[in-house]
Order: sequence, then C-alpha cells, then structure tokens
Amino acid sequence: MKRSLISIQDFSVEELQELIDTANDIIARPEAYSECCRGRKLATLFFEPSTRTRLSFEAAMLELGGSVLGFSEAQSSSAAKGESVADTAKVISCYADIIAIRHPKEGAPLVAAMNATIPVINAGDGGHNHPTQTLADLLTIHREKGRLSHLTVGVCGDLKFGRTVHSLIAALSRYEDVRFVLISPEELKLPSYVKKELLRERGIPYTQTTDLEAVMPELDILYMTRVQRERFFNEEDYLRLKDSYILTPDKLANARDDLCIMHPLPRVNEISVTIDDDPRACYFKQVLYGKYMRMALILKLLKESGSL
Amino acid sequence: MNIDAIQNGIVIDHISAGRSLRLYELLGLEKLDCSVAIIKNAHSEKRGKKDIIKIDADIPVNLDVIGYVDPGVSVNLIRDGVLVEKKTIDMPETLTNVIFCRNPRCICSTEQELNHVFKLTDRKNKVYRCLYCETKAT
Repeated sequence: MKRSLISIQDFSVEELQELIDTANDIIARPEAYSECCRGRKLATLFFEPSTRTRLSFEAAMLELGGSVLGFSEAQSSSAAKGESVADTAKVISCYADIIAIRHPKEGAPLVAAMNATIPVINAGDGGHNHPTQTLADLLTIHREKGRLSHLTVGVCGDLKFGRTVHSLIAALSRYEDVRFVLISPEELKLPSYVKKELLRERGIPYTQTTDLEAVMPELDILYMTRVQRERFFNEEDYLRLKDSYILTPDKLANARDDLCIMHPLPRVNEISVTIDDDPRACYFKQVLYGKYMRMALILKLLKESGSL
Repeated sequence: MNIDAIQNGIVIDHISAGRSLRLYELLGLEKLDCSVAIIKNAHSEKRGKKDIIKIDADIPVNLDVIGYVDPGVSVNLIRDGVLVEKKTIDMPETLTNVIFCRNPRCICSTEQELNHVFKLTDRKNKVYRCLYCETKAT
C-alpha cells in the first residue's frame, strides 16, 4: 500500500521509534545499507530554493545505492508553463519510485500525494509543515539525551511562522513528561490554536516568556529558530523583529552542562559562531542526523509501498 | 401567519432563528424557479423561536451545507402531501466546495480545479480546517 509522509503526525510514536532505530543502525553499519535502493529513483521536486534539504535527500538516496532526478526551482519545471501540482505528481510517478517535494504553497505535498501513484515526502510546504526536519530533530535529541521523554524543551525565536517549531511541538507532545518553554517576542508568539490543540487540550505543561536568559537554567534542549524574511508580507516588521534573540556565550553562563543547542539552519545571526565549538552545540550534528533519518524514511516508505 | 402546506417538496425545520438566510444562500435556493418560503422567527416549543424553509419541489439539497450551518436541523421530505422521510442533520466530517479557503498561501489559491475541502477537527467547538493548509474556517 502506498504510504506518504505529509505531516509528522502521520506517523505513530512506534513508527517514529522504528525510524530512529533504523537510522541508528545505518549510522552503526552504513555498508549494510549501501545497496538497499539499487535501481530505485528518488525525484526531488523543489518548487522553491533549498540547498540543504534537497542535498540531504539526494545524499540519502545515493548512500542507499539509489539514483536521483528532479529540479531545484519552479522556473526549470513545467510549473513555469502552468502545470498543476496534481499533473506533475502523476507524470513524475511514471519516472521515479518516490517523490520528495518542496513547494511554497501550503498543502501542495498533500495534493501531490493524492495524485501520485508512488510515495510522496513533504520536504517543506511554505510555513506549514516540514516533517523530515522534525525527524532530524528527534534523532538528534534521542542521540544527545538518550530519550524523547522527561525533557524541558525551550523553543526560541519565531514561533509564529516557524513551521519546524510547530512540527517539533506536535511530535514531542506525544512523549511522557515533556514541558515546553516558549521564548519569543510578543509579535511572534506561538499561535493560540497551536497552543490550544497541541498543548492545552493534551494537558502538556508550557510557559511563555520573552526572557531567554531567565529560563536558560531550566532547559534540557534549546531550539533556536531564524526569523524568516520570506514569511513576512511587510519588510518593516521583519527588520524590526529579526534580531530579537541572538545566542552568545554570555547568555549560556547559566545553562546546564548537558544542554543541547539545536537550530534547523540556515542561521543568519541567531547563534554566534563563537558557540560552534561549544560541546553543547548540536546544530551541525542535526544536519547529519537529518540525512540518516531521510535514509530510514525512504527505506520505510519504499518497503511499505512494495517497491523494495 | 399561514403558509400553504406543500405537496411534493422539502421542509427544512428547526433552523436556529436567524440562520435561514445563510442556508438559503449556501444551498443556492435563489436559483430555483419553484416557490420557496422562508419563515423567520416562527414559534418553537423547545427554543422559543426558529426559522423554517419550505421548498415546493423535490430537489436534491446538500445536507452537508445544512449540517455545517446549523447542526440539529430537521429535513422533511414530503410526497403527495405526506411526510415520507425525516432526517436530523449532524455536522458532516468533511465539507467539499461548500466553504472556500481564503489563505493566499494555500495551494487552493493556485491549483487548477482543486476541490476546497474542510475537515471537522473539533466537534465540540465546531471547528473546520482546510484539508490542505489547516487554516480555520471563519
């Protein structure tokens, strides 16, 4: 049966653990997986620019022994001629075994999945979902902290438009004893419906603050985010808010020794480069783990769709 | 005030007072050639006031629209002056092309001939969200 990943909530906690276990096994025994996807093709349909996510998917498929094809901007696809996402998905289904799609419009990957005959992976749809980033985040936390439960998780920056934050909260709120500390300027607070549906209705404890340093000692995880220019209709608002939080070594003075500092990247200036050598900085490991989780995901979806 | 009984048609009864015009609009009843009566603020034993719509023709009506606008409404089918079927309409799980997503970032805004689908995500608070972008229906 064809299976796709559109939202992180498409997978149960057990399935997420299965992916983490597979990714850990790939890290331990990469040679055992190097031919798994021989003869299989991943189509990367990137309707908006993205270097790291596209290359991560391509590296993942290549390391599984498969091949990749696709495009990296809408102008070099049939979308420039006016082709619909639905038609593109039907056409690509004739060429490839699995699709990874990024699109600026929210819900475009779901439309692709509804029309493709092969598995579709959402590689980011505007400010909506980015489930494979969340998979990378989960593996990072699991490897760094040894657990996904009993955690105090600080999320900092743009919590309004930050899709990675919404997906991460949706995923982690399903684990036992996870508490969130929401750190943002007033204008970029977590939307009330996200708080209501993901936190309050599930009885998940959370606090909101504008003061990062005050809450630093509580945190097991600090997830920094970038204020994204492309999510603002108004340039003035972006310029006013973009430097709200900049993590520097002095702000870490009261942080725990085993704090895990994460960031979905790319960063602009939210984390000073002087923190990169701090052993608590995990954001480049996060990139690497993202590739392994994408490998695990490709394997799972191809197996479940009967292509492997 | 008296409105004639209908021989073959539909009576939409127990509409919350004030919602009949919204139903009339969403059901597209202005396009019908037959007699359509909108009765506002009729006496109701249970609720004090209610609205009623009577359609003097046996036409298909979109029950999802009724359930979305005013769950709990009764739809009575009349044939030869006799009530032959009565349904109480609950909130539908999905709405297709009844309401439209206004989020300019949604794929609905650009994709050709894409159905606008909303899913019921919170029955207690009657919240529907766009299937694609999850924006709340307003």
